[in-house]
Amino acid sequence: MSRQLNAHRTDGVKKNVWVEFSKLAADYKAVNLGQGFPDFSPPRFIQEAFCKAVSGGPSMHQYTRAFGHPPLVKSLAKFFSRIVGHEIDPFEDILVTVGAYQALFSACQALVDEGDEVIIIEPFFDCYRPMVVMAGGKAVYVPLRPKKESGAVLSSGDWVLSAEELASKITPRTKAIIINTPNNPLGKVYKTEELQMIADLCIKHDLLCISDEVYEWLTYDEAKHVKIASLPGMWDRTITIGSAGKTFSATGWKVGWAIGSAHVMKHIQTIHQNTVYDCATAAQEAVAHGFDREYELFGTPESYFQQLPDILQHKRKKLALCLESVGLQPIMPEGGYFMIADISSVKMDINDESTKDEAYDFRFVKWLTKEKGLATIPVSAFYSPEHSKEFNKYIRFCFVKEDSTLDAAADILRKLSMK
Amino acid sequence: MNVTQQVLKSIKSARRSVYINCRRKFCASQCTMTSRHTHSKRIEGLDKNVWVAFTSVAADPSIVNLGQGYPDIPPPSYVKEALAKAASVDKINQYTRGFGHPSLVKALAQVYGKVYGRHIDPFKDILVTVGGYGSLFSTMQALVEEGDEVIIIEPFFDCYVPMVRMAGAKPVLIPLRLKPGKKTITSADWFLDPEELSSKFNSKTKAIIINTPNNPIGKIFSRDELQMIADLCIKHDTLCFSDEVYEWLIYRGNQHIKIATLPGMWDRTITIGSAGKTFSVTGWKLGWSIGPEHLMKHLQTVMQNTLYTCPTPLQEAVAQGLNLNYDLMGQPECYFTSLAEELQGKRDRMATIMQEAGMTPVIPEGGYFMLVDVTSLNQDLSHMGDDEAYDYKFVKWMIKEKVN
Repeated sequence: MSRQLNAHRTDGVKKNVWVEFSKLAADYKAVNLGQGFPDFSPPRFIQEAFCKAVSGGPSMHQYTRAFGHPPLVKSLAKFFSRIVGHEIDPFEDILVTVGAYQALFSACQALVDEGDEVIIIEPFFDCYRPMVVMAGGKAVYVPLRPKKESGAVLSSGDWVLSAEELASKITPRTKAIIINTPNNPLGKVYKTEELQMIADLCIKHDLLCISDEVYEWLTYDEAKHVKIASLPGMWDRTITIGSAGKTFSATGWKVGWAIGSAHVMKHIQTIHQNTVYDCATAAQEAVAHGFDREYELFGTPESYFQQLPDILQHKRKKLALCLESVGLQPIMPEGGYFMIADISSVKMDINDESTKDEAYDFRFVKWLTKEKGLATIPVSAFYSPEHSKEFNKYIRFCFVKEDSTLDAAADILRKLSMK
Repeated sequence: MNVTQQVLKSIKSARRSVYINCRRKFCASQCTMTSRHTHSKRIEGLDKNVWVAFTSVAADPSIVNLGQGYPDIPPPSYVKEALAKAASVDKINQYTRGFGHPSLVKALAQVYGKVYGRHIDPFKDILVTVGGYGSLFSTMQALVEEGDEVIIIEPFFDCYVPMVRMAGAKPVLIPLRLKPGKKTITSADWFLDPEELSSKFNSKTKAIIINTPNNPIGKIFSRDELQMIADLCIKHDTLCFSDEVYEWLIYRGNQHIKIATLPGMWDRTITIGSAGKTFSVTGWKLGWSIGPEHLMKHLQTVMQNTLYTCPTPLQEAVAQGLNLNYDLMGQPECYFTSLAEELQGKRDRMATIMQEAGMTPVIPEGGYFMLVDVTSLNQDLSHMGDDEAYDYKFVKWMIKEKVN
């Protein structure tokens, strides 16, 4: 074929950190603190709900409503209306997707055109960039930066956005901003005033806001998750994305959603009906039951949305202590699944010809996986090509693992004698 | 609210959604303060969808639903059991390999290796997707773009045209034509005119989409017909996207042939399959694309940037179902054979019902559907308004007035 075989939209988006590093972890049978999924089971009530759905009538195994299984969209509407402070229409304001990943993709496809600019805050979950690029848009980056006045940068709360810097990135072509709170990989939980700053700019410049809130229930210490869509003037211009996988520790179910005002959501629904059409029925039925249960138990100690962060708070501390004890400097996350650690003080002889042209953190992670059997993720993967060199001395650990996994990781780290 | 009122209400909402294009745009500019929340150009004109419109109408349980293509008979018990069992394993509730769960791609490679008569690499030649629909989308996004033309044979499963358009390309349509003068019509009486088909190919033609067995007619393309298409693909260096979701639903006296098995075609064909249609579990939304590595790698790139991976427990269960049936292939107990046997009886029964009601069915050689010519009923639908095609009005009339 004389013309290019593949469509140009797939140029420049061929590399993928998850494909690369998940394979590496599997090939070397490493203790896996890399990709973000629990190695413990989902809560019993959600597993039971799934089994009940599977053994339900034939309709559980056939097509359901395209934009979301009616029991699920009703449960989501009821649950989130209370939190957002806005009456959410289950059929007009919600789209159920194949994980939050597909919600992000569909939002970009629906709303980003050739030449539109989309602001992405660094570090960012890596898929935002290729999704904007595939939609013909231009990604414009603004970094979180450690506050200068604090001595050691010890918490994700110490990384902040400059209002001036953010405002300077906005042009007449700016269509949207993507925010992620709690943030992956840093763990930052944006405070109300930080979100208000972003909201003010969105309103002033008439921007859309895509808010990735998959880790919304996982906040630690005194951090509180705030939904930017609940701020004045923001409901009409915000698409809030959530994940059953992260909510109920069942990442393999791939059930997510986008919630927003109908006049924006209808376009995302149009994308959906022309891409996958609908999502698997039984898992949606089970997630609906999960939300109904949590609606009743909300705010009580029996709520999974209370129990899970309590369990993870302890694991977060365990991992942080271990990293500190071996000379790695963790940045304590206020929320989410991950902790990043500064590896610049580590002096290891990485003798791997195959990685010699790669960024330092990529080399370190591959060496740690292959030679020491511990899988993590290099943090420069969460930065734009323009800025990744400035941030190539951090690696990301997932602490949402059984204590035995964390112990195994600790053993490996201690043997490295990095101190 | 009585049943008739419920149905009328449903129809009203369906009409609203079908005509939503103009009305929504107007409402959008009135309802919001902003003019910049405009949708991307790629979805211009793609907001209508027949399934979204008609499934909501047919959802009323008092309506006998022979509309959307899904069984109301249960799937084989072993697939449901496999799913329940899979979900009880911790790691099966978490992410699996992006391009397809290892046990599933290996099972697919085994089954299709036998069917194709060639070695299929489970990791390079296969992508697992969200249904056959998701496979079509991944294929289009990976290989089709502005400046391309894609040939589509009418009648076609409705999503082909919007997917081609969303990819920025131009759909080029060619109809199947009915051989005149026959009393009993089968789907084999619908054929492609070779010269007409040839005239549709040019230097811009990137691909042709074929669907065999065809939805909605049920036509199974014969070896000669596929060879004719293959010859043109090779001559014009065109790709072939072959939607074969109904591949096992072949009625007596017919044979399903994979165009990818014809000489010179493996390297230029993406073949699409569906767990939903294979195991009567449409609500599982799992499908696959199979093709040569140099094409499949681009579909995999699309996958990693769109939804990354498909649900794990469903993939594990489908793998179990495929493995079980692989051992039974060629025997009557094999579900790939037994389902077709079961549906043959239903097909024949439906044809009789239609004929007794005074209509003319097109007996399908394969697939889920039967087209029926309602002309001879001479039904007066002038009271249904005059802004829609006759068949749309007929369908709505049947839903509204034939509820008892």
